[in-house]
Amino acid sequence: MDIEYVAKLARIELSEKEKAKFSRQLKDILAYIEQLKQLNTDSVEPISHVLPLKNVFRQDTLKPSLTTEQALNNAPAKSEDSFSVPRIIE
Amino acid sequence: MELYRLTAHELRDLIDKKKAAPKEVIQDLFKRIEQTDKKVKALCLFDKKDVLAQCEQLEKAQAKKGRLFGIPVVIKDNICVQGQDTTCSSRILKGFQPPYDATCIQRLKQEGAIILAKANMDEFAFGSSCETSCYGPTHNPWDLKRIPGGSSGGSAAAVAADQTTLALGSDTGGSIRQPAGLCGVVGLKPTYGRVSRYGLIAFASSLDQIGPLTKDVQDAALLMNVISGADPNDSTCVDTPVPDYTQSLLNDVHGLKLGVPKEYFAAGLDTEVKNGVEQALKLFEKLGARVQEISLPHTEYAVADYYIVATAEASSNLARFDGVQYGYRSCGFNDLLQMYRKTRGSGFGEEAKRRIILGTYALSSGYYDAYYLRALKVRRLIKQDFDRAFQKCDAIITPTSPTVAFKIGERIDDPLAMYLSDIYTISVNLAGLPAISIPCGFNRENLPIGLQIIAPPFAEEMLFRLAYSFEQHTQWHKQRPKL
Repeated sequence: MDIEYVAKLARIELSEKEKAKFSRQLKDILAYIEQLKQLNTDSVEPISHVLPLKNVFRQDTLKPSLTTEQALNNAPAKSEDSFSVPRIIE
Repeated sequence: MELYRLTAHELRDLIDKKKAAPKEVIQDLFKRIEQTDKKVKALCLFDKKDVLAQCEQLEKAQAKKGRLFGIPVVIKDNICVQGQDTTCSSRILKGFQPPYDATCIQRLKQEGAIILAKANMDEFAFGSSCETSCYGPTHNPWDLKRIPGGSSGGSAAAVAADQTTLALGSDTGGSIRQPAGLCGVVGLKPTYGRVSRYGLIAFASSLDQIGPLTKDVQDAALLMNVISGADPNDSTCVDTPVPDYTQSLLNDVHGLKLGVPKEYFAAGLDTEVKNGVEQALKLFEKLGARVQEISLPHTEYAVADYYIVATAEASSNLARFDGVQYGYRSCGFNDLLQMYRKTRGSGFGEEAKRRIILGTYALSSGYYDAYYLRALKVRRLIKQDFDRAFQKCDAIITPTSPTVAFKIGERIDDPLAMYLSDIYTISVNLAGLPAISIPCGFNRENLPIGLQIIAPPFAEEMLFRLAYSFEQHTQWHKQRPKL
């Protein structure tokens, strides 16, 4: 596994020490996971859920929701009625 | 009288007969927590003032007595309680106060329960030992040098230490049953879809379930009566009718067929744990149940399968923790991408980062078919094993864990060894089944041994019947650690 590439995909900054440690540990874990390849799964249908799930519909009616103040209450940085982040458009 | 030691059904009787008031119970538990939590460290948020305020409100509203009137409940730190810190024991959610109650919390409050404290856990429920919490480890009340199990280790330890009457945990791969087993209490993982997950901070959405940790089986039934049932806020929570689970507390197992999977009694199982489970099987036979060997042939693949399915879902679920809407944001960044990376790099603990990276890898372009898709196929094979087994038996009996509680620090740098401690519980989540862990003995070092009972989907009543019968003929659940 290219740990640097995957960490970048996951938006996680790792220290050099972590990169070395995780590479070693994940190598062991992936080697263990390899055993799944012993099984012939060609004719097996994948399942992502155990229940026969179906769409659940409801009436599209107006209900009370969080106020702007409540929604922003936990924000690490806010500005007026918005979450504040570093500028993304120059 | 030591009110803190009582079960919920005992307390309810006393409160009904006006022999005890909720406030007395609370004061007794406060004392107990102060005496024991310095050692056990089961609780990560405990706000006496808030508890007393809840108590006063209850006493004012006497007229409407709910089914859990005045009964204290400790809540795992990944279940949202409005206005109370809910952090998944992670730095990245430091200070997060949910603007709403989880559905199970709403239902507890409606029934008059008192939210006593938040319980420590492995960060984001990633762990089997309660050591990965940002607050530090919880200690097993039976031996403070040992882990309580995890991830609901705080909930299990709080019940075992008599710091609370009831507790809620969550179970993704054994996180209720394993700590219940290692702490000598009762822990139930409901069928997937039985209890609403609304307000449970998601780890792996197709596996997670909230469930009770209690001092006896009757209490687990009482709590399940309250938290089970359909919820418009969780479309995976089904509208299958909820029976009164206390009606299935029958002391009768006559003629029931119990399957014992031979794959669960292979290498890696501790001899004393094995003996404990065999004694339990003998008792069931004596009581008229029929015990037969069965096979769950894909058992050996379950842990590998789980660590793909669960980490893939987790990597996706935990993408929301990016320092924008809630929780922690790092400093010292120049742009948005750097803010994400630094926040997540320093906000998540080691195990969380390891799992997010593994899950991201399993879902990444070029590896999806080899890992994630294959894992979903093996998941079906594991589920089919159980479908076939339940054509021959009413329930399956196994150990909850291969060993008793291990020492703090013993497995923390060996993630694979840690993952293998869930080897008997993980398949149940992959197959979406209900299962309970009950105490079935102690080893020579006086550490609890857990017995797992697994039933077909929505057959929680079978679990209650077997577990209750077992409890009527044993005293294990009455043992308490010396603290």
